[in-house]
Amino acid sequence: MTKLSKLIKTLVMLSAFLTFSILFIIIGYILMKGIPHIKPSLFALKYTTENVSLFPAIITTLIMTFLSLLISCPIGIFTGIFLIEYSKKESKLVELIRLTTETLSGIPSIVYGLFGLLFFVTSLGMGFSILSGALTLSIMILPLIIRSTEEALLAVPNNLREASFALGAGKLRTIFKIVLPTAIPGIFSGIILAIGRIVGETAALVYTAGTVPQIPKNLFSSSRTLAIHMYSLSSEGLYTNEAYGTAVVLLVVVIGINGLSSLIAKKLRKGELNG
Amino acid sequence: MKRQSLDKFMEIIFFISACVSIISVILICYFMFANGIPGIKKIGVLNFLFGLDWSPSNIPPSFGIFPMIVGSIYITFGAIIIGVPIGILTAMYLAKFCSPRLYKYLKPAVNLMAGIPSIIYGFFGLVVLVPLIRNIFGGTGSSILTASILLGIMILPTIIGLSESAIRAVPNSYYEGAIALGATHEYSIVFAMLPAAKSGILSSIVLGIGRAIGETMAVIMVAGNQARMPNGILKGVRTLTANIVIEMGYAADLHREALIGTGVVLFVFILIINGLFSMLKRKVF
Repeated sequence: MTKLSKLIKTLVMLSAFLTFSILFIIIGYILMKGIPHIKPSLFALKYTTENVSLFPAIITTLIMTFLSLLISCPIGIFTGIFLIEYSKKESKLVELIRLTTETLSGIPSIVYGLFGLLFFVTSLGMGFSILSGALTLSIMILPLIIRSTEEALLAVPNNLREASFALGAGKLRTIFKIVLPTAIPGIFSGIILAIGRIVGETAALVYTAGTVPQIPKNLFSSSRTLAIHMYSLSSEGLYTNEAYGTAVVLLVVVIGINGLSSLIAKKLRKGELNG
Repeated sequence: MKRQSLDKFMEIIFFISACVSIISVILICYFMFANGIPGIKKIGVLNFLFGLDWSPSNIPPSFGIFPMIVGSIYITFGAIIIGVPIGILTAMYLAKFCSPRLYKYLKPAVNLMAGIPSIIYGFFGLVVLVPLIRNIFGGTGSSILTASILLGIMILPTIIGLSESAIRAVPNSYYEGAIALGATHEYSIVFAMLPAAKSGILSSIVLGIGRAIGETMAVIMVAGNQARMPNGILKGVRTLTANIVIEMGYAADLHREALIGTGVVLFVFILIINGLFSMLKRKVF
């Protein structure tokens, strides 16, 4: 009996060790191999075949993130408000919205990419453009924003709402002046996770935003984000060193985003304890 | 009066926003099926699904995606074999073994693991795993085994996250009862708590399968991508997802339709897996 106990314990310890050392190795390896290849020329204003600068890709990533959030945040937050503040818990419509949100979050990014190609790029005639890419991504991150808004709104204590009603405020006023400000940190941590997904996305963007390595001139020009830039570099096989450097930049951004989101989550928990 | 009409107006806006996700799912389904099914019909459903030969540039061309279906299933299966035991055991560690002080650092680490983009995992696989497999087993190194290991790593955070919350949701009385009966700490967890957390753990595996079968970029970089039936885990293989990304850039006419058809097959797989997941979540089984 104790033998089996020991075996279980050993297996548990070994697995945990394996999991966290894999993470450590991946991050360590990329940083160690990549940091020596980070040179100022990597951040030159223009991309040329001699100097595969990642600066245009960074600009595109920023634009892409901003656009996708601009489209997705209002829709996602409003959906959360509708689900929590306006609808009855058991209604068929709410059930349907939950089911579709779940479906959206399970669809792999390549299917989003294919859909974006068929719908935004071809049917709506937007062509390979950052607009097509952003629209595709905004559907992809929608479930993330809806869920974090829902959770944040649920966590707002009901007596705040009741107090506001008692003071004569209407429903809309209560939501915008009392409920939403209280829920903002929770919604924000969802948005940060969404930023992480946008920054790291490749499969959904290859055939919607395209792979042109230049700063986009307008919403309808094709351009590559940092993740696509990295995919192109590593699949072309000519620029391995630059690919390492790009990997470091991408990884640092992702680690920063994750750190920020867990910091907010920690603040939230502390706030709950005090309140 | 005015305030009331604004209230009504905003309620309608909220309602319309809530319908966006429904509309999106309908649009995605419609566009996938409407664009994919005509091509599949032209090729012939059986020829398409069970054809062993994918040679789009031959005359006449042949569009059989069975090797890719098998490839996706092999790699997903491999990823599950590697990822599930490690994931569940790590979840047990996080829920029941590690100290709260350590947990403060390990939990964000799991979240970080989920946040690392697949292109980084793929790149790591390409520069570390592929040469490693090549040196140990010979061959090119791009193989079913390599892809399975990489995907096994990538689904870890999914499995760990859901399994951990499933284990934590088991009432503590299960554990205490087992301890009171004289079982050890480990026995109580494995034989009293794990069975109670069964449906949560099962749904973590289903979600892991969904992640693995839909993964694209990381797989492309390590699987070799040969569109033929794989014979052995050290041989290269092409998945459904890889087929789309690799050839979509230059495909035209029936070839393009066949690729969209590949997407439809993948999409149907995903819908089935999603359905299973929601049933598990609502405890239908």
